[in-house]
Amino acid sequence: MTDAVKIANRNFSVFYGATQALRGITLDVPAHRILGIIGPAGSGKTALLRAMNRLNDLNPDCRVEGQILLDGVDIYQPDFDAVRLRKRVGMVFALPVPLPLSLFDNIAYGLRLSGIRARSRLNALVERGLQAAFLWDEVKDRLHTSAMRLSGGQQQRLCLARVLAMEPEVILLDEPCSGLDPISTARIEEALIALKSKYTIVLVTNNTKQAARVADTTAFLLQGDLVEVGPTSLIFTAPKDQKTNDYVSGRFG
Amino acid sequence: MHQTGDKLIKWLLMALAFTALTSLLLIAIFIFKEGVPFIARVGFKDFLLSSDWQPQAGHFGIYPMIVASLLVTLGAMLVGAPLGIACAVFLNEFVPKHVTRIIKPTIELLAGIPSVVYGFIGVVVVAPLIRSQFGGPGLSMLCASLILGVMVLPTIISISTDVLASVPNAFREGALALGATRWQSVHMVILKAGRSGIVAAVILGMGRAIGETMAVIMVAGNTPQIPHSVLDSVCTLTAKIAIEMGSATGAHRQALFAIGVVLFIMIMMFNSIAMMAIKKRFAGK
Repeated sequence: MTDAVKIANRNFSVFYGATQALRGITLDVPAHRILGIIGPAGSGKTALLRAMNRLNDLNPDCRVEGQILLDGVDIYQPDFDAVRLRKRVGMVFALPVPLPLSLFDNIAYGLRLSGIRARSRLNALVERGLQAAFLWDEVKDRLHTSAMRLSGGQQQRLCLARVLAMEPEVILLDEPCSGLDPISTARIEEALIALKSKYTIVLVTNNTKQAARVADTTAFLLQGDLVEVGPTSLIFTAPKDQKTNDYVSGRFG
Repeated sequence: MHQTGDKLIKWLLMALAFTALTSLLLIAIFIFKEGVPFIARVGFKDFLLSSDWQPQAGHFGIYPMIVASLLVTLGAMLVGAPLGIACAVFLNEFVPKHVTRIIKPTIELLAGIPSVVYGFIGVVVVAPLIRSQFGGPGLSMLCASLILGVMVLPTIISISTDVLASVPNAFREGALALGATRWQSVHMVILKAGRSGIVAAVILGMGRAIGETMAVIMVAGNTPQIPHSVLDSVCTLTAKIAIEMGSATGAHRQALFAIGVVLFIMIMMFNSIAMMAIKKRFAGK
């Protein structure tokens, strides 16, 4: 299991209109590991992440080339069901976006969409999601109040909980801590490390130190190219590419 | 030199702005000055809740007109609100942006069609259709509601699309990322926007409907009675004022002003509710 590849990007490119955001990326996402993706703004990190659960479908100007294989199946082949894909590959966004519902309904929303109606089952899954996101103890007494009243850090863990409750196979996180204080950040990182035994995690981050702390493997993107990928310890201590070295040592970006 | 010029223009603009405000104030004062003493004299109850309208005999009950105005407005909303909201959702969520840029101004043009033309269409097309299909006089509450329902579309569509467009894309993506279909994510967006913004759009549409006069006079039949079915002819508050103002003198004339007061207060109420809904929306962020 350890070396299994969960998602394989094969010579994958993304275009927004005339500009090319990603150039022929070939990158394996190992199962039950945390893959960190780092790189300066505009390097294509987010484009790559959003490609992996086909959120780019919403954007009519977006066009892709190449393949992304989930368990060996190309998710961009025409008859592949994007809605089912997104149930298997969950996503947490940079800004926490609770839906305008109660805490409970925020998490139950996705569950109900996938056909779970029984109250007892919903209760159990909501609790499990909140537990896994380390949020349960803070909110268990006010599950039916509005999710908009939570603090930013709590909202982000709620968004994580809502993805976890769906029991996806892969969790994509797009700079999940960019708006959070260090303590909230630490709680999320703690949750991620605890979760990797069950899930495959891809973490896009602007914070290279965060990748160093939690990622098993780290990939460095620069202007749409994959510069280097390797075990996190090597990327941060002995990178093969000079550009990687410059970036992780803080010389640019 | 430049500074004096600047100041001059500033004062000029301020004076112009106040002209608009002042005329509104003067109109309000005038209507209330004429109408309120009259209501006090006739008695609140005899004016609002009596069905006896015989100006020559000194009876001024406007209850049937109030009922007619409210029912016609309600009917217009039953027609206009679902159509308008559906149209706004379609324009905003399912149509490519460049198509919306053509369609939306076209819909706003609907607001520029004179109400007498809507009335004409009602008399010539809709009323005969109702008469032949459902019976009754044709010129009826149903006819007025249908015509008004179309007339409020520009208001409802225009405000609703603005409200929907202001919902951050993150809500759509948030729902999609949880496995929602395109339609389910739109439902979430409507929920987010609809709690206040779309409610405000509908209420502003109601204000527009209850105040409309010309088209309603032409198609409602103008029989001052409490309707027993949607096919009955009705006379709204606005129609009453417009029809009788030309020949009214003395107490009769004051009575019409008093109807104006009632309308004024109703529309103010609608607008304040809409304002509060809009404000709540921004405070709610």
